[in-house]
Amino acid sequence: MFSLRDKQIAKQVISKIKKMNVNLKFMHVCGTHQDTLVKHGLDALLKDCGIEIIQGPGCPVCVTTPREIEEMLMLAKKGKTVATFGDMIRVPGETQSLQNIRTEGYDVRTIYGIEDAVKIAKENKDKDVVFMAVGFETTTPTTASVLLKNPPSNFSILCCHRTVPNALKAILDMGEVKLNGLIEPGHVSTIIGTKPYEFISKDYDVPQVITGFEPLDLLMSIWMLVKQIKQGNAHVQNEYARAVHKNGNTKAKEAIDEVFESVDMKWRGFSVIPQSGLMLREKFEKYDARKKYENELAELKDKEFVEPKGCKCGELLRGLLYPKDCPLFGKQCKPGSPVGPCMVSIEGSCNIEYRYSKK
Amino acid sequence: MCLAIPGKIIEIDKNKEHAIVDYGDGTKRKVNVTLVDVKIGNYVLVHAGFAIEVLNEKDALETLSLFREMLSMEDE
Ligand code: SF4
Repeated sequence: MFSLRDKQIAKQVISKIKKMNVNLKFMHVCGTHQDTLVKHGLDALLKDCGIEIIQGPGCPVCVTTPREIEEMLMLAKKGKTVATFGDMIRVPGETQSLQNIRTEGYDVRTIYGIEDAVKIAKENKDKDVVFMAVGFETTTPTTASVLLKNPPSNFSILCCHRTVPNALKAILDMGEVKLNGLIEPGHVSTIIGTKPYEFISKDYDVPQVITGFEPLDLLMSIWMLVKQIKQGNAHVQNEYARAVHKNGNTKAKEAIDEVFESVDMKWRGFSVIPQSGLMLREKFEKYDARKKYENELAELKDKEFVEPKGCKCGELLRGLLYPKDCPLFGKQCKPGSPVGPCMVSIEGSCNIEYRYSKK
Repeated sequence: MCLAIPGKIIEIDKNKEHAIVDYGDGTKRKVNVTLVDVKIGNYVLVHAGFAIEVLNEKDALETLSLFREMLSMEDE
């Protein structure tokens, strides 16, 4: 049996791709894919084969909007205990990040998953605990599952969950970048299965491959995309069958459906994308921090928020640029002093580029 | 964020909500298993403290056979 990191096989696959003699551009939407591509130098090798690969809006922390961060900052400043994932805590809002205000004494907790936040609420009945629920379909069922188990009344969520397929549609509709194929995120697909992508191939004639995260997974998937193109096909293939079933995870999908409904949502770098976000259904509204703390958040309501000055995250997330095209990259903007979220998150393209280019 | 790590279920609690997962590198963690149907010995993918899917060998072999097929193919 061979390993999914076998260098010899990787070389063989690359030489097969090279012989196919193409000039193509693919997009993926997953920080883990980007990490594999850059860490193993596959991005450069593939460029040599005429294949350019770009990271689209595939980093839940990166696509979170300045407004959502300001909402969390406001809740913390109004005395709530706010909890979220480590990356999220470091993303700058207009002037500060959650991490910054923690040093001022506000109660900001870094957690590994939603159950940790519920635990804080259970152990501190005198505190109002708000969990910033970010994440794509991979993470959403964890939020749903917890809300279905009647968490305590001093617990609520600021829902920032987003869904991938309609963001891909938005990219294709905008037409700013010409894409020949899509590398679909493995663990989002673990939950949603293969069906939700089908309309994209049908309506836009774009081939798609659901892809795992090892170097050979990515190479295989690229080969599959090129093959579809050569044969004039455009459909959804599943390279990551070991973790993705056709119907996805039914239990998880049911939990999501029971708790959330689809809404139009703004993504960083994009305007509002139709049906690309989730909000809590009425039945769960007592856990909705935006409703529960409407008064505390009132002053943000009509405010306009802008993305950090000079930061190109918006263009990066739309697949128009590479991190090094940003004049701030590696200068004013570094992982220790990030200007935009793409430099904060370990899944952000700027952070990944910076980390591996230093080695 | 969507990172998920495989591990093996070695213990399931009485109410079947949580299980202990062994990641094979010496770390063991308690994970929520309400989104999957698992038995002791199953391999699962864990994300943000939840098992999100059960991995099975048959499906893993499918990936390997895809590779074999490709490598044995004539270049076009
Ligand atoms: S390098 Fe920094 S400022 Fe430039 S796009 Fe990336 S995160 Fe934004």
